[in-house]
Amino acid sequence: MKGVKFILTGILFGIVMAKSEAISWYRIQEMFRFQSFHMYGIIGTAVILGMLAVYLIKKTKLRNIQGQPIVLHDKDKSWSRYLIGGSIFGLGWALTGACPGPMFVNIGYGYWAMIIVVLGALSGTYLYGTIKNKLPH
Amino acid sequence: MLELLRQPWPWYTSGAAIAFIMVLLLIFGKSFGFSSNLRTLCTLAGAGKRHQFFDFDWKTQKWNLLFLLGAVLGGVIAATLLKSEIPMALSQSTIDDLAKLNIIFDGQLNPSQLFGYQLISSPKGIVILLAGGALVGFGSRYAGGCTSGHAISGLSNLQLPSLLAVIGFFTGGLAMTHFLLPLIF
Repeated sequence: MKGVKFILTGILFGIVMAKSEAISWYRIQEMFRFQSFHMYGIIGTAVILGMLAVYLIKKTKLRNIQGQPIVLHDKDKSWSRYLIGGSIFGLGWALTGACPGPMFVNIGYGYWAMIIVVLGALSGTYLYGTIKNKLPH
Repeated sequence: MLELLRQPWPWYTSGAAIAFIMVLLLIFGKSFGFSSNLRTLCTLAGAGKRHQFFDFDWKTQKWNLLFLLGAVLGGVIAATLLKSEIPMALSQSTIDDLAKLNIIFDGQLNPSQLFGYQLISSPKGIVILLAGGALVGFGSRYAGGCTSGHAISGLSNLQLPSLLAVIGFFTGGLAMTHFLLPLIF
């Protein structure tokens, strides 16, 4: 079954997020208070190695397993949606200590209260879908 | 080996693993971005009949839902097979700051005051979690991605919009942490 590799990659993601404490509400508070290098180390290492990997992928014109060239899509040009939307995201990130991935890892970890956060996130996503056309993008 | 994996993982192994996951998904012909799952789940719940934004073929996103399922399972494995008994090494200044907000550091990943069982009897706690989740859901779709899509995938591909989004993430996060949390707790 073709889907198994995505489940396995997800399992690795879940373990990494939990074992490095990136799913911790406390660690997110520590990050926003600039009181430890921990979260900056995680994100910084991922971004620097990610930049190097993407550079090499482009340079070597690497193909994916379907034999197609790997194409990285450019994000839409705009500033309002990123700054406004991003800030709204940040308010919720610091309040719940969880971005969308870690919410689900936390549920698996046994923090059932995160189901409430996910229900909130689904309603927020739904609200965006309903008023999208009225927002500056 | 299992003993070694049970220890808390240092930040550099975790950062490297996240970059590896991003590359792996590119090689599989996909791109790393978790919050689109929230949109797909809305579509699965029938939102496509009401709003155009949710009217798309969810099967194109089946892979990401499987990734989500894996993430939950990864959490289960971390909490069982790989659970560490060592309390988290949170910085003392954070512990002190949170104590001023009456939030006790209990050595676990998340404060039981917010995420423990006593929450069920606390309407305030439930409202905080629902509202926080709603901000994350609304904001990530408005910004076109979350930490994985913008901070990891986007910055790795040198996307200026992703840098703007990350600046936004921190603007909101700092405002919540330093100005709003003392009013909420």
